[in-house]
Amino acid sequence: MANIISDETIEYVGILAKLELNEEEKEQAKKDMGAMLDYIDKLNELDTTGVEPMSHVFPVTNVFREDVVTNGDGSEATLSNAPSMKDSGFKVPKTIG
Amino acid sequence: MRLMSLTAVELGKKIKAKEVTVTEAVTAALDAIEAKEKKVNSFVTVDREGALKRAEEVQKMIDDGTLTGPLAGVPVAIKDNMCTKDLLTTCSSKILYNFKPTYTAEAVENLEKAGAVIIGKTNMDEFAMGSTTETSAYGATKNPWNEAHVPGGSSGGSCAAVAAEECSYALGSDTGGSIRQPSSFCGVTGIKPTYGTVSRYGLIAYGSSLDQIGPIAKDVTDCATILEAIASYDKKDSTSIARDDLKFTDALVDDVKGLKIGIPRDYFGEGLDPEVKEAVLNAAKVLEEKGAVVEEFDLSLVEYAIPAYYVIACAEASSNLARFDGVKYGYRAKEYEGLHNMYKKTRSEGFGTEVKRRIMLGSFVLSSGYYDAYYLKALRTKALIKKAFDEAFAKYDVILGPAAPTTAPKLGESLSDPIKMYLGDIYTISVNLAGLPGISLPCGKDSNGLPIGLQLIGDCFKEKKIIRAAYAFEQTREYEHSPLA
Repeated sequence: MANIISDETIEYVGILAKLELNEEEKEQAKKDMGAMLDYIDKLNELDTTGVEPMSHVFPVTNVFREDVVTNGDGSEATLSNAPSMKDSGFKVPKTIG
Repeated sequence: MRLMSLTAVELGKKIKAKEVTVTEAVTAALDAIEAKEKKVNSFVTVDREGALKRAEEVQKMIDDGTLTGPLAGVPVAIKDNMCTKDLLTTCSSKILYNFKPTYTAEAVENLEKAGAVIIGKTNMDEFAMGSTTETSAYGATKNPWNEAHVPGGSSGGSCAAVAAEECSYALGSDTGGSIRQPSSFCGVTGIKPTYGTVSRYGLIAYGSSLDQIGPIAKDVTDCATILEAIASYDKKDSTSIARDDLKFTDALVDDVKGLKIGIPRDYFGEGLDPEVKEAVLNAAKVLEEKGAVVEEFDLSLVEYAIPAYYVIACAEASSNLARFDGVKYGYRAKEYEGLHNMYKKTRSEGFGTEVKRRIMLGSFVLSSGYYDAYYLKALRTKALIKKAFDEAFAKYDVILGPAAPTTAPKLGESLSDPIKMYLGDIYTISVNLAGLPGISLPCGKDSNGLPIGLQLIGDCFKEKKIIRAAYAFEQTREYEHSPLA
């Protein structure tokens, strides 16, 4: 395997991805990611000098509208999906110590 | 009369002619589900009560002349990544185990306006990440042709439900082949439209620049009719395109005289099952005999599509799936310490292995220091792939090839080697990268009796050409019902 994923890298990716892995999962993730990157490195065979990155196939522009409410108040229905709520708001664990 | 063995359009005609009531049609679908679900597991949710109630409403609207379209009263199944108001929408993930959307996806709403009756939500690979429907948190779907085999994926539930005749037709979504590959494995027909043709509003995003909703049904006529119903310009989807001509059924003509068909040599090399190759080339011969001009050519860059796709799709997925954090909807971990730990625990417990794998890869390729080398490189590769297709479509009306290199693998054989599974998408993935329309339809069976799919690819906005070629080919063979039908 050409790409060796270090413990630090997988730790960092875990922070970015907001995922907590146990030791076994970490080892597997290192292996999987290394293998995928080896495979993705195939792209380096291609000379892409001067090629513009294409994020969308068609030109996309922002779609604007006036800031006018067109739908009704759906807060109750929206909140009914929340794992936890309080006083018409989403309830989350304490964020400041 | 076996109502579920009819095509959607045939059933719609009978309902219109008052030979069949909507309630009879919907009951036939619900009974079929009842009888077959233990074997096939196509559905995550069946809405028996809602469907029967809706059947009565639709019948009234047909009777008073409000609904006159070809799909009025016909029962449909919806892939579980499309939001349906007040009806469970899980994406086949534990993290959305209890999610009831507050609105309906635009494509589904368009179907409802056409008088469709939703009977349930179909199983899929978790968040559409997979090629076998085995990554579902709610159990694998089985192939109606042979229950020891997978139905393909990620729209495996939708394709299996159509093949098992548990519904008249279904909606699927296609990010890298997720409509065309399972259609091929299940012996049904599916279209991935040009990017931007069907609104993505209410489709739970995987790879936003690649995702498209499309129809899955027994034949080309159904697919063209359904696509006509779901396609629309939608301001709520900023990538939606206002197209002039959405009369796809006008292309249902049995005439391919002079149609220029290109066969990419690079689609018929190593890794292609010889029986698949033979069936697909035979289909090309059939079209040639009907007057099409068939020619081989080199498409190039085929082997770069999969690595480019996984960088782009995973990058977009890592961003799109950031919203599942245990705050606004779905699963929240039971035990945690503080906010960040709650996010982490919720996501780690709520997502399955394949989803985590892709989120991590996506986070990595977007991270500082790797963004240029991986993400931008993939976007540059995408530009080259698009150019290769542009050059091909300067010469040909339609590109013909297999939908997948093999027929359906056995259950349990694919997940242990992800890269091998990803390679199964080699013929479908570049179509998404280039935003093109593609159709998969049955063209034969292998020696094990498993269906083989023919893929026809068109230039952007040229659905009509592939529909016409597919329709002409379809006229030369009978639809084969699966043993579970």
